[in-house]
Amino acid sequence: MSVKEVQNSKESQEYFVNMGPQHPSTHGVLRLLLTLDGETITNVEPHLGYIHRSIEKMCERDSYQQIVHLTDRMDYLSCHMNNEAVCLAVEKGLEMEIPERVKVIRTIISELTRLSSHQLWWGVMGMDLGAITSFLYGFRDREMITDIFEETCGARLTMNYNIPGGLMFDIPSNFQTKVKEFIIHFRKKLPEYDQLMTNNIIFRNRTEGVGILTKEDAISYGVTGPSGRASGWNNDIRKIKPYSAYDRVEFKEITYTKGDSFARYKVRIDEMWESMNIIEQLIDNIPEGNYKEKTRVVIKLPKTEIYQSVETARGELGVYINSDGKKSPYRVKFRSPGLSNLNALNSMAKGGKIADLVTIMSTIDLVIPDIDR
Amino acid sequence: MKAIINYIKEVVGGIKTLINGMKVTGYYISHPKEIITQQYPENKDTLKMMDRFRGEVIMPHDENNEHACTGCEACEIACPNGTIEIISDRILNEETGKKKKTIVKFVYHLQMCTMCNLCIPACPTDAIKMGQNFEHAVFDRSKLTKVLNKPESKLRAGVED
Amino acid sequence: MKFDIYDFSVLTSSIHELLRSVMGETSVMITEMVIVGIVFLTLFSVLGLVLIYIERKVCAFFQQRLGPMRVGFWGTAQTVADAIKLLLKEPLMTKSADKFLFNLAPFIIIISSFMAIAAVPFALGLQALDLNIGVFYVTAISSIGVAGILIAGWASNNKYSLIGAIRSGAQIVSYELSVGLSILTIVVLTGSLQFSEIIESQRDGWWIFRGHIPAFIAFVIFLIAGTAETNRGPFDLAEAESELTAGFHTEYSGMKFAFFFLAEFVNMFIISAIGATMFLGGWMPLHFGELTSFNEIMDFIPPLFWFLGKTFFIIFIMMWFKWTFPRLRIDQLLTLEWKYLLPINLINILIMAFIVLMGWHF
Repeated sequence: MSVKEVQNSKESQEYFVNMGPQHPSTHGVLRLLLTLDGETITNVEPHLGYIHRSIEKMCERDSYQQIVHLTDRMDYLSCHMNNEAVCLAVEKGLEMEIPERVKVIRTIISELTRLSSHQLWWGVMGMDLGAITSFLYGFRDREMITDIFEETCGARLTMNYNIPGGLMFDIPSNFQTKVKEFIIHFRKKLPEYDQLMTNNIIFRNRTEGVGILTKEDAISYGVTGPSGRASGWNNDIRKIKPYSAYDRVEFKEITYTKGDSFARYKVRIDEMWESMNIIEQLIDNIPEGNYKEKTRVVIKLPKTEIYQSVETARGELGVYINSDGKKSPYRVKFRSPGLSNLNALNSMAKGGKIADLVTIMSTIDLVIPDIDR
Repeated sequence: MKAIINYIKEVVGGIKTLINGMKVTGYYISHPKEIITQQYPENKDTLKMMDRFRGEVIMPHDENNEHACTGCEACEIACPNGTIEIISDRILNEETGKKKKTIVKFVYHLQMCTMCNLCIPACPTDAIKMGQNFEHAVFDRSKLTKVLNKPESKLRAGVED
Repeated sequence: MKFDIYDFSVLTSSIHELLRSVMGETSVMITEMVIVGIVFLTLFSVLGLVLIYIERKVCAFFQQRLGPMRVGFWGTAQTVADAIKLLLKEPLMTKSADKFLFNLAPFIIIISSFMAIAAVPFALGLQALDLNIGVFYVTAISSIGVAGILIAGWASNNKYSLIGAIRSGAQIVSYELSVGLSILTIVVLTGSLQFSEIIESQRDGWWIFRGHIPAFIAFVIFLIAGTAETNRGPFDLAEAESELTAGFHTEYSGMKFAFFFLAEFVNMFIISAIGATMFLGGWMPLHFGELTSFNEIMDFIPPLFWFLGKTFFIIFIMMWFKWTFPRLRIDQLLTLEWKYLLPINLINILIMAFIVLMGWHF
C-alpha cells in the first residue's frame, strides 16, 4: 500500500520508519521512507535532492575544458571514467583523431579506477553487514592505487587528468613499474577476500536469495552495470560500443542468472580479476607518441547534439551535449547510473526485512552524489 | 538417514568456513610488522609529498625577489570559478620610457579553489605552480585570501618573449 | 596442596578476627558486607576500564593499525578520559519518555551483573558467595538482565529502540537455554552444583581434556551461546550500528549510557569466567593426573594468575569472533538456536551421561 493509503486507512497495522538523511549505511544523504508491518517491509520510497549542486546548470556557463572538473564530483569513485566520457563527447563533436598513446593510457587508468571503486565497495559492504575489519582491508589495498594516481596527476580523489584532446601531463617514468608491482601484490590479496567473506556461511545466508531482480525487471527499469549483469542482461558498454582501447583487449563479460544479492556480489569480485587481466595486457606495450593533441584555447563545437556513453563502475554514464556554436554548451545532461538503479530498490526490497534492505543497498552500490548531481 | 547426514555435513562445513575466515584475521594480529598506518603529527620530518601534488597555487620568486608574471590574465580566464583575480595597471617603465601593463596584485582566493590545475598549463611564462603544503586550516577566514606576489618584487628581465 | 601459600582464606580469617576483637557480632557482619561491596565496586570499574582498553587495542591490531596511542603511555589513559567525558555530558531525556522506567532500566542491568559477579571464584579462598547451588544461582540471575533491556527499549518512546529491544529479548531468552544445557554437561561429570567442589574435582586435569569429545562440543556450544547471551559479536543486532543507529540505547546519553556500555563488558567477563571455571578448571593449575613433578612446577604460579589468564583467553576468542564475522539476521539467529544448537546440546548430554555411567572418561 502506498504512503497516502496507509496514512488514511484506519485498520492498517503498518507504521513508518525513516531511514533518514543521516544514517551510517545509506552511503550518502538519502532519505528512505519505509512502511513496515512488524519487521517486514511493504514499501520503500526514496526522497532525493539533499546534495543537489546544479552541476548541469553550471556546465552552461563554463567552457568545454572547464566542464571536465565538475564531473569529478558526481560519482567520485569513478572520476576518471566520468572525465573520459565528457572528453570523448567533445572530441566526437570536434571530430578529432586521438593519438594511440592517449587511448591506451586512458584505458589503463580507467581500469585502475574501476578496481579502486570495487575495493571500496567490498570494504563498505563488509562494514554494512557487520564485519568491520573488511573495511580496513579494502582501504589498505586501495591505498596503492591512490598513491599511483597521486604521482601521476597530483590528487587522490578529484583528479581532473583527462582534457579534451588528451591528457594533462604525460605519465611519470615509474608508472609502469608501480602498476606492475600493484598487480602482483593484489593478485595475492584477492583470494583473502574470498576466504574472509565469500565462503563464509554467515555471509552466504545473509545474501543468497535476498533481493531478487528478474531479467525483465532489470531491462524495464534500466538497471545497467554489474547489478543488471547479475540478472542475466548483457549490457556492458565496453563490448557493445567499444571506445578508447577496449576493442583490442580480450576480456570476458561476466553475467550470472540468479539475480540475487550474492550474484551481484560475485559479478563485482569477478570483474576485479578481469580488470587485472586487461591492465596486464596493456601495460607493457604503451605506444610512443604525443600525450595530447593541440586544440584551440577556446573550443567551439558546431551546432550539433552529441551523446557518448561510458561504462563506469556502477553502470552506464551517458553524456548528452547540445551546443549552438558558442563557447559554452547550450545544455548538458548526464544520464546517471545510480538513479535507474535506485528505482529498482522498491521491487527488490518488498517482503524482506530491514536487515535485507541494508544488504540490497550495499550490493546495488549507490553513490548519492551521482544520483543528485 | 540421508537427512541426518546432510545436517551433520552442513554443520561441519559451516564451521570449517568460519575457522578459515578466522585464520585471515589471526594472521594479521600475529604479524604486527604489517601495520600500515602512520602517526601523523609525529612523522612530519620524514613526510615527503609527490612532485605533482596539488596543495595550493604559489608563485616562485628567485633570489633577487623577482617573479615571472606579466599580467596577461590567461590563468584568470582559464579558472572556472573566479579564484584568481589579477589587479594590473599601466605603469611607466623608467628604462624604455613607455607605459607597460604590469601586475600590482595577484589575488588568490584559497577558499574557492578546487585544485583543478587548469591555471598552471595556461600560463605562457611558467609563473605559477602547485605547491605541496596541505595544511590550510585557519581560524580567521580573511587569511584565506592570499596575495601571491611579494611586495617590492619586479618582473624578471627577459621574460616577455 | 602445594599452593597453600597462596591461600586467601588466611587473609580473610585474620581480618575477621581483627574485627571481632573490636566490635560485636552484627557490626562485624555489616562492616564485612560494606568492605566486600566497596571491593566489588572498585573491581567493576577497574574491569570495565581495562576491558574497554583491551578491546580497542585488539580490534586495532586485527585491522592492521595501532589503536589509541596519544592519551597516556600507548593510550592507557584513554578510557579514563572517556569516562570523564561521559560524566560531564548532559543526561538527556525526551519529553514523551516514561520518566520512572527510563531512569530505572540501566540500574536493573547493573544490579544483575553485580549479583552474578559475586558468585565467581577468583582464587583459592577468594569467593564472595559460595552457595551450594552456585551454578543454578548464576544462571537464574543473568536472566534478570533481559528485563532491563526490554524496559529501556520500551520506555524510550522511539521506534528504533523498540525494534532493537524486542529483538534482543527474543535472542537472550533463547540462548539462555543453550548456555544452561552446556553447563549441565559438566555438572553431569562433577555431580555437584557448588563452584568450589567443581574446581576441586578438576585437580587431576581440566574437564575439557578429561571429558574428551562431549566436553569439547559443549565448550564450542558454550562459546557460541555465550557471545549471543551478551549481545556481542556476530549476534549484536540489538545495537546494530549500521542498521538502527544504536538500537535500544539510542536515547541514553552521559552516565546512563556508560552503565549500558559497562554492563556489556562486565557480562562478557562473567560469561568467560563461568566458562573458564567449568571447562578449563577455574583457578586450578594445569595438572595431568600422574606427572607429579610437572604438577609441582605448575603449582608455583599463583591461582589468581591462572584464573585471569584463562578468562582473558576466552575473552580474546570472543573478540576474535566479533571482528571477523558479519552479523546474523534475527530469523537466522533464532533458527541457529532452535534447530541446530538445541538438538546437538540434548544429544550431547545423553552421550555424556552414557560415558559417565560406563566410566569412559579419564
